[in-house]
Amino acid sequence: MTTLSAPLNVEFDYTRSLGPVLGRFMTGLRDRRIEGIRGDDGRVHVPPVEYDPVTARKLTDWVEVASAGTVQTWAWVPEPDEGQPLTHPFAWALIKLDGADTAMLHAVDVPGPEHMSTGMRVRVRWAAEPVGSIHDIACFEPGEAVETEPTQGEPVTMVTTPVRLGYTHSASSEEARYLNGLLEGRLLGQRCPVCQKVYIPPRGACPTDGVPTVDEVELPDRGTVTTFCIVNVPFLGQRITPPYVAAYVLLDGADIAFQHLILGCDASEVRMGMRVKAAWRPREEWQRSLANIDHFEPSGEPDAPFETYSQHL
Amino acid sequence: MRDVAVVGFAQAPAVRETHGTTNGVEMLVPVFHEVLGNLGLAKSDIEFWCSGSSDYIAGRAFSFIAAVDAIGAFPPINESHVEADAAWACYEAWVKIQTGEVDLALVYGFGKSSAGKLRRVMTMQLDPYTVGPLWPDSVSVAGLQARAGLDQGKWTEQQMADVAVRSRADAKSNPRAQLKGDYSAEDLLAEPYLADPLRKHDCAPITDGAAAVVLAASDRARELSERPAWITGIAHRVDSANLGGRDLTTSPSTVGAARDAGFDKVDVAELHAPFTHQELLLRQELGLNGTRINPSGGVLCGNPMFSAGLIRIGEAARQISSGQADRALAHATSGPALQHNLVCLMEGRD
Amino acid sequence: MAGQLAAVIGTGQTDHTAKRLDVSMAGLCREAIDRALADANVDWPDIDAVVLGKAPDMFEGVMMPELFLADALGAVGKPLLRVHTAGSVGGSTGNVAASLVQSGVHRRVLAVAFEKQSESNAMWALSIPTPFTMPVHAGAGGYFAPHVRSYIRRSNAPEHIGAMVAAKDRRNGALNPHAHLKQPDITVESVRASKMLWDPIRYDETCPSSDGACAIVIADEKSAGANPAWITATALRTEPTTFAGRDQVNPRAGRDAAAALWRQAGIDDPLNQVDAAEIYVPFSWFEPMWLENLGFTAIGEGWKLTEAGETEIGGLLPVNPSGGVLSSNPIGASGLIRFAEAAMQVMGRAGAHQVSDARVALGHAYGGGSQYFAMWIVSANKPS
Repeated sequence: MTTLSAPLNVEFDYTRSLGPVLGRFMTGLRDRRIEGIRGDDGRVHVPPVEYDPVTARKLTDWVEVASAGTVQTWAWVPEPDEGQPLTHPFAWALIKLDGADTAMLHAVDVPGPEHMSTGMRVRVRWAAEPVGSIHDIACFEPGEAVETEPTQGEPVTMVTTPVRLGYTHSASSEEARYLNGLLEGRLLGQRCPVCQKVYIPPRGACPTDGVPTVDEVELPDRGTVTTFCIVNVPFLGQRITPPYVAAYVLLDGADIAFQHLILGCDASEVRMGMRVKAAWRPREEWQRSLANIDHFEPSGEPDAPFETYSQHL
Repeated sequence: MRDVAVVGFAQAPAVRETHGTTNGVEMLVPVFHEVLGNLGLAKSDIEFWCSGSSDYIAGRAFSFIAAVDAIGAFPPINESHVEADAAWACYEAWVKIQTGEVDLALVYGFGKSSAGKLRRVMTMQLDPYTVGPLWPDSVSVAGLQARAGLDQGKWTEQQMADVAVRSRADAKSNPRAQLKGDYSAEDLLAEPYLADPLRKHDCAPITDGAAAVVLAASDRARELSERPAWITGIAHRVDSANLGGRDLTTSPSTVGAARDAGFDKVDVAELHAPFTHQELLLRQELGLNGTRINPSGGVLCGNPMFSAGLIRIGEAARQISSGQADRALAHATSGPALQHNLVCLMEGRD
Repeated sequence: MAGQLAAVIGTGQTDHTAKRLDVSMAGLCREAIDRALADANVDWPDIDAVVLGKAPDMFEGVMMPELFLADALGAVGKPLLRVHTAGSVGGSTGNVAASLVQSGVHRRVLAVAFEKQSESNAMWALSIPTPFTMPVHAGAGGYFAPHVRSYIRRSNAPEHIGAMVAAKDRRNGALNPHAHLKQPDITVESVRASKMLWDPIRYDETCPSSDGACAIVIADEKSAGANPAWITATALRTEPTTFAGRDQVNPRAGRDAAAALWRQAGIDDPLNQVDAAEIYVPFSWFEPMWLENLGFTAIGEGWKLTEAGETEIGGLLPVNPSGGVLSSNPIGASGLIRFAEAAMQVMGRAGAHQVSDARVALGHAYGGGSQYFAMWIVSANKPS
C-alpha cells in the first residue's frame, strides 16, 4: 500500500472576551489579588464561576481569598509540554486557597515528587509582568502567603490564548497513487467498480456506493468549464491579483469536476462550456500536488454544448 | 416505550496507528460491510444513521463530513452526528426509534487518535479561560483524580495494577484488542511512573479505530437476531465542569444515569474506564460486586477515541446475544475525569 | 407526525452583532437561554435535558464546549447532548430536542445553539491548508458562487433577483431587534451598486459574520400551555459533498427532506398552506434556489415568486421576515434561529416582523456543501 503523510499544524491565537465575572477575576490577578464568587449554597468558588453549578443562577457575590492554600491532590509532570507554566519537571495540583471552598488547578514548583504531598501548604508565585490572564500566577511554591505590591490598571476584558497543535495528516492509498501520478505529470483517476464513474481525485470510497474506487484511468489534461465565479475580492493568502476566475473543470473522461483557476484570457471571456487545457508549471517545480497545473487556459476548441455538462452542475 | 435492541456490532481492529485518513473511511468501509453483511441488510434498509467523532481528533473542521462516503450516502440518508463518543449517537438513535419514526438505525463512531498528540489534544476540552491556557494534559488530570482516591483510601496502586492484569488477560480472547497477555501486578508495579501516581499500565493505550452498532425495534429485532440484546434502559448525565469543585472520587452522573436507566443487578458490565482507577471508581459507585467486568479487556486494551464508548455497548450486547449473560450494563464516558457518563442496560429474553 | 406531541413554548435570542466583546461564551449562551426560559415561563427545575448545537469546535478553539459550559447551561445532573451537522446544526439541534419530547423520554427540553465567531476567524478555521489538497484561492463565497451561476443559467433568472432578495431581507432585519444588520433604507439599486465580490455574488448579497446564540424550550402536550407552536413535522437528510452527477443547485437531500416534511405535516400545497418561511439563505440567490428545492414552486420558477414580491411580508409566502441569515449569521445558531423565528410567527410573538395570521411556518437549515438539511414545520393548530 502506498502511504503519504505530512505535518498539519493547527495554530491560532484565540481572542476571548471575558465578560463581567472572568474579567473581574483576571483584572484581580493582574493586580495580584485573587477573588472568588459565592455560590447559592454558600461555597466560595475560586476561580469564580459565572453560574451556580447547582441552581444555574447568575452569581454576583464576590469574596477576596488568600494567595496561599492547601494542596488537595497532585500529579507529577516529568516532561513539561509547550505552553505549561514551567519548563522543568513540576507538579499539577488542585489547590484550595484559604477562604475558598473549591480548588484551582495550577502548577507547583518543587524539585521532585518527593517534595509533594496532599495537604501541603503552597503560595502563589506571581508573574513578573502580569497581563490579566491565568498565567499571572506563574505557579505555586511551598510556603505561606507573603505581602505583595498590588498593581493597578485598566479593567481586563480580553485574553489572548494561543493554541498550537501538531498533527500528522495522511492521504488515502487511492489519493497517494493520484498524487504520485501528479509528480510525473499524469492525471490518474479511478473508476468505481459499482457505478463505473471515474473519480479524480480518486476516493477512499465511492461516495454513492461506499466501496473503494479501484481501476486506474489516466485522464487527459483538457476539459470543459462547467461553472465558475469571478473572484473580485482580496483575502488573506491570495496568490493572484483579482479579478480572476475559479472554475469547475470537468476533464474529458471524468465524471466529476474539480475547482481550478482559469487564466490566459480576460476574466470576462470565461463562460460555461468553455474548453480549456492545463498550463503545467515547469517540470522541476512538480510536487505531489494538483498545483503542478498552474492553471487552465482556453484551448481554442469550440464550446461544449450545454447538454454535455449539464449533469455536472 | 418501544422495545429496542442491539442486533448487530462490528469494530475495526484496535491498533496504535493506521495509515489511513482522519476521515475514518478506510476503517469504516469494512466495518459497515461486516455489520450489514452479518445481518443480511443493505444500506438502503437503514432508516436512520447517527455518528460520533471529533474535529480535534482529526485536526480539522468538518472532519465527519467525508465519513459519509464510507456509507455511499446517495440516495440521501436520514442522518445526524454528535460531537461526542458514538455511545451518545446510540442514545440519539434509540430516541429516534422511540418516536416511532424509524425501526432500524445504524450508529457508528471513528477516530484516528494517532494523528495528533492525544493527551495534549484533550486539553482542548478544559475551561478555556482559567484552566486550558495552562495546558494540563489528560493523563495528568486523570492523575489528580487517581491520587485523590488513593489519599482517601478508596483504591490502592495494587488494585489499580490488578485491574490492568485482569484486563490484559481477558483481552487474550478478544481478536480486536490492541494490548493483551499475561502480566503480574508485581512486575507492573516495578515500572516507573508516567505521571505519578499513574504508571503506563494505568492508562489506556492510544488507539485508532471505528465501530458500528445496529439498533432495531421490536419485531424487526426478532427477525434480525436469534437473541437480541433488549435495551431496558439508557440514560446519561453530566457533572460540573469545575474540576476543583467536584469530588473527583465520586461520579454522581454515573449513579444518576444508572438510576434513570433502571439499574438493578447485572451479570456483566463493560465499563468505559480509560484509567485503572476509573474502573475501581465506577465499580464502587455502581455497587458492582461480583459482577464480571470487561470480558473484552475494556479500553485499557484498546481505546479508539469516539468509538470506545459505543464498543462497550456492542461488547455488552454480544455477551447477551451469545447467551453468556442475561443482563448486562454498558457504560460510556466523555470529558475530563469522567465528567459525562452514559449507562445502557440490556437483557436477553428467552 | 412522529410519536408524542411536542411544541415550542418559548424562544430567546441574543442581540447578534459582529463581536460580542461584553460577554464570555457562557454569557452569550445565557443571554439567549434566560430570554427563552422567561418567554416559556419556566425555570431551571422544569428543564429535563439540554441539547447544544454548534458548528466546528475550531471556531472557538474549545473541544466539545458543552462540557465546560455544562454549569452555565444548567445541565449539571441532567442529560446534555451535543449535535454537530455542519451549517445545518442549529436546525438539527431543534429536531433532536423535539425527538427527546416526541419519544416520550422528556417533558421539557432546552435547545441551545451558539457561535462566537469573534473568538477566532471562521475563514481561518475553514482554510487551514490541508496537506495534499491544493488551495483553490477562491475565498469564502468561491464555493457557492459557481452554483449560483449554474442556477441562473438553468432558470434563466434575471440578474436583479439576487439584489431583490438582499434588499428585502435587510429591510426585514431592520424590523427585528435582534438582527445584526439593520438597513431600513437599502434598495435593489443600492445592492446592485455594491461591490461584486464573487461574480455573480455582490457584497450586499452575502451574510455577515456574527456572534450570537438562540435557545428554545420544547414541551410535551401536558406542559405546552396555551398557544404554543406545535411541531407537526421534522426532517433530516444528508448526501455526500461531491459525487459524480451531483445536482449542486437542487440537491436531492433537500428535495427528499422537503417531501418527507410535507408528508408528515399533511401539506399537499406548500405555497398555499404555509404562511411564513424562515429559510437558510446566506447568499441572496439561495432564496429562489431553495423555494424550488423545497417544492414551493416548480423547477426554474422560484425567482418568479421573488420577483413578484410574494416573498415579502404581506406576500403570498413571506420568506425570512426576521431578516434571515443575510441579516445575522452566528453560524451554529443560524439554523436554530430559523426554527425559533418560525415558532415565533405561529405564536404571534414576532413583533414588528410578525406576518399577520401566520398559522403554519417552516424552519429550514442547510450546511456543508449544500448537503446537510434540517427542517421543521410548526403550527398554531394543535394536531388532532
